[in-house]
Amino acid sequence: MISYDEALEHFEPVIGLEVHVELGTVSKMFCGCATTFGADPNSQVCPTCLGLPGSLPVMNGKAVESAIRIGLALGCDIAGWCRFARKNYFYPDMPKNFQTSQYDEPIAVEGSTEVVMPDGSTVRVDIERAHMEEDTGKSLHVGGATGRIHGASHSLVDYNRAGIPLVEIVTKPVIGPDLKAPEVARAYVAHLRELLLALGVSDVRMEQGSLRCDANVSLRPRSGGPQQPLGTRTETKNVNSLRSVERAVRHEICRQAEVLLAGGTITQETRHWHEDTGITTPGRSKEQAEDYRYFPEPDLVPVAPSTQWVEHLRQTLPEPPGLRRARLAGEWGFSELEMRDTVGAGALELVESTVASGAAPQAARKWWLSELSRRARAAGLELSELQVSPQQVAELQGLVDAGRVNDTLARQVLDGVLAGEGSPEQVVVARGLEVVSDDAALTEAVDQAIADHPDVAAKVREGKVAASGALIGAVMKQLRGQADAARVRELVLQRLS
Amino acid sequence: MSDDLLRLSGAALAERLAAGDTSSVEATQAHLDRIAAVDGDVHAFLHVDAEGALAQAADVDRRRASGATLHRLAGVPIAVKDVVATAGLPTTAGSRLLAGWVPPYDATLITRLRAAGLPILGKTNMDEFAMGSSTEHSAFGPSHNPWDLDRTPGGSGGGSAAAVAAFEAPLAIGTDTGGSIRQPAAVTGTVGVKPTYGGVSRYGLIALASSLDQAGPVTRTVLDAAMLHELIGGHDPLDSTSIDAPVPALVDAVRDADVRGLRVGVVRELGGEGYQPGVRSRFDEAVGLLADAGAEVVEVSCPHFDYALAAYYLILPSEASSNLARFDAMRYGLRVVPETGAAGGVPSAEDVMLATRAAGFGAEAKRRIILGTYALSSGYYDAYYGSAQKVRTLISRDFEQAFTRVDVLVSPTAPTTAFRLGEKLDDPLAMYLNDVATIPANLAGVPGLSLPSGLAEEDGLPTALQVLAPATADDRLYRVGGALETMLLDRWGGPLLDRAPALTAQPQQVPA
Amino acid sequence: MSAPTAALTPADVAHLAGLARIDLTPAELDHLAPQLSVIVESVARVSEVADDEVPPTSHPLPVTNVFRDDVVRPGLSAEEALAAAPSVEQDRFSVPQILGEEA
Repeated sequence: MISYDEALEHFEPVIGLEVHVELGTVSKMFCGCATTFGADPNSQVCPTCLGLPGSLPVMNGKAVESAIRIGLALGCDIAGWCRFARKNYFYPDMPKNFQTSQYDEPIAVEGSTEVVMPDGSTVRVDIERAHMEEDTGKSLHVGGATGRIHGASHSLVDYNRAGIPLVEIVTKPVIGPDLKAPEVARAYVAHLRELLLALGVSDVRMEQGSLRCDANVSLRPRSGGPQQPLGTRTETKNVNSLRSVERAVRHEICRQAEVLLAGGTITQETRHWHEDTGITTPGRSKEQAEDYRYFPEPDLVPVAPSTQWVEHLRQTLPEPPGLRRARLAGEWGFSELEMRDTVGAGALELVESTVASGAAPQAARKWWLSELSRRARAAGLELSELQVSPQQVAELQGLVDAGRVNDTLARQVLDGVLAGEGSPEQVVVARGLEVVSDDAALTEAVDQAIADHPDVAAKVREGKVAASGALIGAVMKQLRGQADAARVRELVLQRLS
Repeated sequence: MSDDLLRLSGAALAERLAAGDTSSVEATQAHLDRIAAVDGDVHAFLHVDAEGALAQAADVDRRRASGATLHRLAGVPIAVKDVVATAGLPTTAGSRLLAGWVPPYDATLITRLRAAGLPILGKTNMDEFAMGSSTEHSAFGPSHNPWDLDRTPGGSGGGSAAAVAAFEAPLAIGTDTGGSIRQPAAVTGTVGVKPTYGGVSRYGLIALASSLDQAGPVTRTVLDAAMLHELIGGHDPLDSTSIDAPVPALVDAVRDADVRGLRVGVVRELGGEGYQPGVRSRFDEAVGLLADAGAEVVEVSCPHFDYALAAYYLILPSEASSNLARFDAMRYGLRVVPETGAAGGVPSAEDVMLATRAAGFGAEAKRRIILGTYALSSGYYDAYYGSAQKVRTLISRDFEQAFTRVDVLVSPTAPTTAFRLGEKLDDPLAMYLNDVATIPANLAGVPGLSLPSGLAEEDGLPTALQVLAPATADDRLYRVGGALETMLLDRWGGPLLDRAPALTAQPQQVPA
Repeated sequence: MSAPTAALTPADVAHLAGLARIDLTPAELDHLAPQLSVIVESVARVSEVADDEVPPTSHPLPVTNVFRDDVVRPGLSAEEALAAAPSVEQDRFSVPQILGEEA
């Protein structure tokens, strides 16, 4: 397979992403069945989501609200009037053999969002639309070798998932001659996850299927220039993790480049990503293209969100990530580089919480980005997985600020906290790590050191101040490091002046 | 005495029950006996639930005896068109695809019937999935018109109308998508009402055309229809299209029945060529009676009604093709497994779907599904379904225009009297013409009532007049219907159904 | 927009029957095609009056925003849901081999 770099020499990749979000509503889109993950098969169903003859749908108001908020967070225009439509096709996991979705009247259109790349640069991704639809049931394929459809003798269908609300978010083609397509794809999905989590509309767990991604990839020759038409695109499904998004896009770019360079053409088709083998394979070719025969859903009435409602929902949006970062950088006095590093390390929320607990921003940053990052790396953990909370880091810094521990001691306190010995205060007490601040005790130790090292003391009396280092060292050793070195120096010099 | 009970209207029977002159068990048993006696010939019923009905009747009698306050219709038995989901009772929609299917839930209107204490005698015959005007497209054999057993009782709800006309039940439930309550009422000498769209919950009605379907009363008197309509009507949170407002005072309207000063419009486009002479004569006479009673009668034109049939036979098949897609042998109903798959080898899910639907749907259903698939298909949507929905707007506007000049519209309900079984089976278009007067109301969502207007002299068979009112003004139907019914009864010296030939008792098994 | 020419051939009907998942016999195809053509011809007249200025009817009654609260309502038990199933296995609906999306 041709290398990625070689592919990029000849071609400019264009990507598009279709992301399906399973909303975290308590009940389904069109009926009152529970949406709990992992329930016993067919135990969360009713006439409506089973599509029994005579059943009718009724819209979940919370789902509509979530869809509007997603649209707003993505900078979309919210439709003043829209409808659901029936997408008609036959498949055993669809109880009605049509999916109630939105066709040419989606709830949200024409938005855009800024994606921050790991290197700090931003890419603007335009959003074509976001619309509401219902999820299908889930099939277990029995009898084949791998549990997949191919070679299965029959399938077992569970309709618990049928009818769970989905919002489908479709980007416009993302184009750019220097586009780092695989990385952008991944960053966009990660960014979307962060946004949706902040909105509180979904738990966006790709491994549980509450966030699903289809990646569209096409290539066009570099020589063609920006006005040339887009190439034929393929749609890749079964992309189940952030890593898969990047790998699948990268692979598909290489695959298409190889085909094109050999003089072939790209078939417009749906492909399936295989995480284990790292390739995409074509879907079953269909003799007839599906004709979905869309028409407006007659069992539901139109959705017409009032301006007041939409504006009210706009007020409930969390601060957009870019604005938030800029504000915090200003408040904390971080340089652009410092903020970028903080975000890049995944430490933004942690630093924010630490500051909120009373620490100075720069101190918080230093803790998380140096000492704690080092320890996390060594343990193979994410920063957020370390056994120390932002509140505790703030408390620790508080001890340093109060002069009760110095930097060296602070690290030992941290050891104790990470080991589960308790809060910083508790560890200081339990391990006896507090610096000695009582001058009388310090003076005693200083006198002892002077007595132990008379020749050094003589040199200091003669004016060789630098020599005091050895005496300071001796005092620190006596006190097991539990002293403020600067104060000790003062006392030494005082005694010997 | 038993025969006497059978001839009572629902309201009259209810009075006897309230007075303690008879019990619900006695009344229910009398009707079950009648069904056993004549349904071999009439074939109104697909399923009779003697045990269940008697148990429900006994329960009502018990509650009445204990002094509980009961609904005014409590204890009056009722028959239900087999398109309505009844928990525990087979619900087939007249189709092989659902033979033996027992729903695990009740339609909302059934819940209301049960709560009010009306024993459900059984499920009545119908054209498959409510597609038809004669009940000949039932997978289980046609129903027969009690006036002449060689003729159809109309459709798609021929079973409910025949049951009521044959005194097998005093009350019945029907559904009306293009006339399926009103047209059978017309050809059997009974009363049938299609409420304003959204007036009665569709939850539990096996859907044909979602934007056209409505459930309604099938009775022998206008007052019975009003009582039943008030019982089953009203908002249902399980139906997004149901009207969120109280049912108008329909029974009061019947009792009031004052048409003085009422402006009545005769629709020019619904009459004339294609309408049987006897149908028109009886209609004109009935309109004359309204004028005599003080109504102002004028002619109105609704020019787009000429396109109603065309629009209907695009919208209905389109919505139906989608609604009927769920019958695929995967979750319930008929499953036909072909010997081998299309590609040779083990049949796939697709193969089973194809074979099941081929074996399960009748000819008319197939015809309409294919037509609907065509009308919605890529490239044709604008010309067909899209255009039909525009015609619908024009028809609604015709009604709106008309209702600025008149309070109600009237027309003959059906162009002809009951036709012979088999007469129109090979000519779908001829069959569709039976609904030409009833269809406009479904397209616009306005309510319509059909009541008998007399017998046609050429064949001695029932004819009927249809009243149409603005959306949500269902009470006007009952005001006019009540007034006209009284005057006609007076002229006839008794109910029209008294002139129907007696059905001889057949000691036969009824479908259990 | 004027209606496309209405004559439906048996091949057209076969294509539509495929979309509708109904396996029609050749005899049925031959019988249905002319019947449908006649019907289509007579209904095609809707395009005569349906000009661009007329809005299509969305619903017979102009209602919007019918929502329900996001609360759980009791539904069917698995037993009730599966009761009418032609085939059940492991509390799931057993369906014949689905010709899948992957080759």
